Amino acid sequence: MSGIIKSLVVPAHPHPYLCPDANQGWANIRAGFDEARRQIEESDADILIIYSTLWPSIIGHQIISDPNPEWVFVDHDFHDLGSIPYSLNIDTQFAKDWDAANKARGLQSRCVNYHGFPIDGGSVVALKLLNPDNRIPAVICSSNVYANRAETTVLAKACADAVEASGKKAIAVVVMSMSNRMFTQPVSPDEDAIHSLKDDEWNQKMLEFLGEGRLEDLAQLSRTIQGQIRVQKVVSFKPMWWLSAINGQHNNFNGQVLAYEALHGAGGAVVVLDPSEGGIGDKEYDEDDVENYHGDRNVLDAATGAFIEIEEHSLSEFDSLVLKTLAKEESGPELWQGTKGENLVNTDAAPKPVGPYPHARRIGDLLYLSGVGPRQAQTNSIPGGPIKNENGDPLDYDIEAQTRACIENIKVILEASGSSIDKVLDVTSFLVDMDRDFKGYNKVYSEYFRDVGATRTTLAVRALPTPIAVELKVIASL
Amino acid sequence: MRESLEEVDYDVIVILSPHWQTYVGTHFLGVENFKSLSVDPVFPNLFRFNYDIKVDVELAKAIHDQAEADGMAVKMMENPDFRVDYGTIVACHLTRPDWNKPIVSISSNRSRHYYSVEVMQEMMIQLGESTRKAIQASGKRVLLIASNSLSHRHFTTESAIPEDMSKEHITSHAMHLWDMRILDLMREGKTQQVVDEMPEFIEQAISENDGGSLTWMFSALGMPTYSPLMHGYGTIIGTGNVIMEWQHEKKGGV
Repeated sequence: MSGIIKSLVVPAHPHPYLCPDANQGWANIRAGFDEARRQIEESDADILIIYSTLWPSIIGHQIISDPNPEWVFVDHDFHDLGSIPYSLNIDTQFAKDWDAANKARGLQSRCVNYHGFPIDGGSVVALKLLNPDNRIPAVICSSNVYANRAETTVLAKACADAVEASGKKAIAVVVMSMSNRMFTQPVSPDEDAIHSLKDDEWNQKMLEFLGEGRLEDLAQLSRTIQGQIRVQKVVSFKPMWWLSAINGQHNNFNGQVLAYEALHGAGGAVVVLDPSEGGIGDKEYDEDDVENYHGDRNVLDAATGAFIEIEEHSLSEFDSLVLKTLAKEESGPELWQGTKGENLVNTDAAPKPVGPYPHARRIGDLLYLSGVGPRQAQTNSIPGGPIKNENGDPLDYDIEAQTRACIENIKVILEASGSSIDKVLDVTSFLVDMDRDFKGYNKVYSEYFRDVGATRTTLAVRALPTPIAVELKVIASL
Repeated sequence: MRESLEEVDYDVIVILSPHWQTYVGTHFLGVENFKSLSVDPVFPNLFRFNYDIKVDVELAKAIHDQAEADGMAVKMMENPDFRVDYGTIVACHLTRPDWNKPIVSISSNRSRHYYSVEVMQEMMIQLGESTRKAIQASGKRVLLIASNSLSHRHFTTESAIPEDMSKEHITSHAMHLWDMRILDLMREGKTQQVVDEMPEFIEQAISENDGGSLTWMFSALGMPTYSPLMHGYGTIIGTGNVIMEWQHEKKGGV
């Protein structure tokens, strides 16, 4: 049967490889590696898949595709322990397949095949100890420093897609420390210990979960673990998300904790998880699942108003919940996805609708826009400030800033629809306080429309659906 | 900057790079020559470089010893297989492409991760003072390089090739404003104020100054109050970067 046939958690430090005899704990870790290696050798695995927390990436994820990376690894901190020459056997085709699967699920991804690329120490140590004769081909993937649960989960699911498509039997390996606080002063090997009692207790709790096979339960504690026992070098503790997701997010494993010891103060463990028919209970709680990555920052696109039409997929339930929460917290009503259909236009670069309508509709050579306010596309915030707080108390606000944001949103929708502001034919404007705001609104309006020649009607209304002071409705030619 | 430095006579470059990250104290390259290939682990598509670096081990050891005497955790890096970090290589190469001056490379101790920015600053101020004492005792003429970005939030996606440079900007306007504030302070010679505001700058702009290099350099220069030369400011993958030169000797620094 293809798929993930075994999973491993292994430590990241070089000590068990370079000097196991200097400390009984390091020897115990080495013995744990040896037992894991024995189990791997007994399996009929086709590939070892490494997710290493010691290889950071920034633009998406990177996957080693050099068929035979060779070099000598020296640790940045523990260089005095010695050097580790390596020559690895990489499954290039699988690396490419995983890369393609990542892209198919919306992730940024890149294969890495450069002579002399510095394979991270955690991956080198893991492969030297688990697969010393390179009998089983491996693949190594980076850990994006900014990645959250969604991105990491989708990365794992993409890998699972590639495993399934290949028909291979795979062993998934995460390289990580548990608690990762090291001593900041040199310590002699016989002085090594887990940095604090708190770190040790949390490590024991993690091992209790793993020993019981409760991988998804542990994955869902990742944010708590990050806050409790992780020196926050990266934004989140990700390896359990990845390992659980590649296994299908469940708790049905036979867990074996082969070793747990201190590595210069950090917690290192060798754990084996074998799929089983049943596990201890069901998942204690579920986070919303994600299948495709839509990005959670969109920094580039938001800045330029790029047109993104949602076609085949809608946002996940979790994303919708976030949007709804944002709406309630910041601007009132529930936010909707733009209505989809022939000749209808929606863009992520404009604020979400507050009802079942699109941003724009094409009819012949004409373009009709829904009413557009000043809310910001990504944050739902209101430039110039809202006109009232959540209790309905009036607030001071800047009508010029609101009007400007309003017209900028209109420009984004026009351009996404194949039109532009100079093609606007007619404008209907709505102000909630004509006496206060007409002058400021008119000033900004004239900056944009002075030479356009569009007809205009300005109306006073009692209120608008969100706490804004101005909204414009536009008809334009294409 | 290179043109300006042609008028400066110096014996050795001393650099602190945030891309050699150490968690157990501050480390110094301690082998006379490193010759190898550097490939950036984060952007291997952009940076692959054959380097041949001479190290002033004598000065490195002198700074190491002084820092140790001043109570700091330090270590000499004496493994000949060690790969010099790409931050050191890029900064030194663009400063002196001929590579005809020896260097001292100092690691970036990540005490900020373990304690706080304030602790990092205290340690880097001490390291700067130790560096100055050791350099003055050596009688050598030294060029100091602090290598780091200012604001340091990267884009996590990139345009397809050919790159669309219209999308190359500081990730957020707030970070750009922070960069401008720090640049203004430096241009006005207010380095002590930069150090005083560093914790907030690092928090608000995720500044790479958390690696300690700028604080170290200001401390080694005795918190200069003169105006530096600004050679350029720009963005790389959303981060803010400046090339600035403190003409210490010309401005009467001690």
